[in-house]
Amino acid sequence: MSCWGQSCLSFCGTVPVICHRRSRQASSGTMAALRGTLVTLVKGLAGARMHQLASRPLSVSASLCGQETPPPRADGTFKITMVPGDGVGPELMTAVKDVFKAGDIPVEFEEFHLSEVQNMANEEKLEQVLTSMRNNRVAIKGKIHTPMEYKGELASYEMKLRRKLDLFANVVHVNSLQGYNTRHNNLDLVIIREQTEGEYSSLEHESASGVIECLKIITREKSRRIAKFAFDYATKLGRNKVTAVHKANIMKLGDGLFLQSCAEVAELYPKIKYENIIIDNCCMQLVQNPYQFDVLVMPNLYGNIIDNLAAGLVGGAGVVPGESYSAEYVVFETGARHPFAQAVGRNIANPTAMLLSAANMLRHLNLVFHSQMVSEAVKRVIKQGKVTYLLYLGCLKALCLLVNAHSH
Amino acid sequence: PPPAKYGGRHTVTLIPGDGIGPELLNHVREVFRFSCVPVDFEVVNVNSALEAEDDINNAITAIRRNGVALKGNIETNHTMPSSVKSRNNLLRTSLDLYANVMHCQSLPGVQTRHKNIDIMIIRENTEGEYSSLEHESVSGVVECLKIITRNNSLRIAEYAFQLAREKGRRRVTAVHKANIMKLADGLFLQCCREVASGFPDITFDSMIVDNTTMQLVSKPHQFDVMVMPNLYGNVVSNVCAGLVGGPGLVPGANYGRGYAVFETATRNTGKSVAGKNIANPTAMLLASCMMLDHLKLYDYATLIRNAVLTTMNETRLHTADLGGQGTTSEVVQSIMRIIQSKGQLTAEI
Repeated sequence: MSCWGQSCLSFCGTVPVICHRRSRQASSGTMAALRGTLVTLVKGLAGARMHQLASRPLSVSASLCGQETPPPRADGTFKITMVPGDGVGPELMTAVKDVFKAGDIPVEFEEFHLSEVQNMANEEKLEQVLTSMRNNRVAIKGKIHTPMEYKGELASYEMKLRRKLDLFANVVHVNSLQGYNTRHNNLDLVIIREQTEGEYSSLEHESASGVIECLKIITREKSRRIAKFAFDYATKLGRNKVTAVHKANIMKLGDGLFLQSCAEVAELYPKIKYENIIIDNCCMQLVQNPYQFDVLVMPNLYGNIIDNLAAGLVGGAGVVPGESYSAEYVVFETGARHPFAQAVGRNIANPTAMLLSAANMLRHLNLVFHSQMVSEAVKRVIKQGKVTYLLYLGCLKALCLLVNAHSH
Repeated sequence: PPPAKYGGRHTVTLIPGDGIGPELLNHVREVFRFSCVPVDFEVVNVNSALEAEDDINNAITAIRRNGVALKGNIETNHTMPSSVKSRNNLLRTSLDLYANVMHCQSLPGVQTRHKNIDIMIIRENTEGEYSSLEHESVSGVVECLKIITRNNSLRIAEYAFQLAREKGRRRVTAVHKANIMKLADGLFLQCCREVASGFPDITFDSMIVDNTTMQLVSKPHQFDVMVMPNLYGNVVSNVCAGLVGGPGLVPGANYGRGYAVFETATRNTGKSVAGKNIANPTAMLLASCMMLDHLKLYDYATLIRNAVLTTMNETRLHTADLGGQGTTSEVVQSIMRIIQSKGQLTAEI
């Protein structure tokens, strides 16, 4: 394995890392090169394992020798639904497939191209995707872009997918990666967002001409459910604190109910500290002193904003992985969901987020070894400084995207 | 509270306990990992040597959160002061796990004096003689209270008849000693009779506990489903476990309203065989299969159960309690080998 490592280093040594050059010619840090290094690394890490066949000397009897640990139960292939989505989604998915192939990972993808902006979406296709997801129960997807214009449907395809599969919890892991130059280092946050109600209920109407009513729905059952998810997740990961984010001083009944449900659920978890914070203060604290937070739980819209904010803190939308849980299904995707159409075809998007998410998916499937292989490879490549062009505009771009996406 | 199931994976509380508990539960975890069962265990250790009740309270809260638990037996040291209550009992009463269900079935590969036994025992789990209410009224005179309540007796009788109906059983026998404890066991019997009148398709009879034990060891095939208060349940379940091959073979389950805790039926700590790799893992593995059935993971449950029962057919692999020479790890390896040979399950996760 060391020979592979050496070849990686020499490869990186000959290729200059972009520092301050802004020209397009500085394409050494392209996605392809990044992917290439990753693939080599993963191959190196995988290679050593393949020759682990047991052989026993004839002098030792079978009953005494049978103590080698059996390999993880992965001799069948796992089938995963894949929805590449829009923008750089397909490119990121190709990256994932390449890396999986290099690492000999026993996963088979069932692809579906569902897209609202490219007119490839209709009810039938959605049904196909849903059936596939229900069978496989694990999926990996890119962002299915929602057009801004109102074409007659209030709910986007992404929202429909989420509602039909009841993916109520969105988890974003915000971890600082070594090798990225950001203002905050060693961040380790988990942001949990309720994904099916709140401001995203798609209930709007024009009650009188020129007057629009948009309903935000908060229910006790769903608030309790997301709170229990947050505390269970915190327990599983061994976290100490869960902070609920709200605006109950203004939305006294709505966010008040959310807060009350969180407090009720917190009583069952005496070992985990429970706090709450108002959203405006939370945003300010996140940019000044993000280390005070551990696990955050919040309703839909605040979650969207805080996800992107936190992603910006550690390096942008290309860095944070995320997943969506329902009781039965899991969907793995990036944390900050942007189609990033400007980067299509230019080989500059950052595959880190999607690859880390794919590693999380492998862990969920109990393929712990493969999961670690992929995430170690990613972290190593980043540490060596093979960064994409995009990242040096890092925080700036992320903020621009944020403003762009929410400026309506 | 909603169940702890996210992304298709369940979270189950695991309480290792003392004696052979930790090693057997490690084997269960190994088999689960090997078969890709979507269950994650939250391990809560309970130190039985401490007098404080924090450990067991943590365990109880963990079970309240997750709803389902798999546990080994926690030792109750008789030399500790009497204020230290039995941890297992505390768990059962706090969570109100009122029904203890044990299904004794003869296994084809195990040689016993009686063949083809199939008895279900339902035992009231929270009151009776196990109420932990004792006091020394006068020096040298101890009063120990046995509590029988109408509500609990009705509840357990209702459970027994419902279960009998579900499993297609024809007879329910109530075991009691109402000739001596006229009011206490009399109340129990009366409640059973009341509930029986609502189930005309199931025959109900009763038998005094001394006669029951005698009949069990001479003619066990006359029994179908048995329901009884706590102490008689303890005695009768151990007798039946002995009839089918010993404490290492029978799994047990404790059900309450919304909670379920699975363990071995005879609840032995097994201190004398702990750490020697000779304990029988069957009971704990079958208990974990019952847990998978409860979580509605029927495929995995049948896969593991069939593997366990097939392994039991091989006399070569019987452990010391069945009169063989096999070790626990050999049995577990054989089970995993059988699972591997049947495993199409990984492709359709």
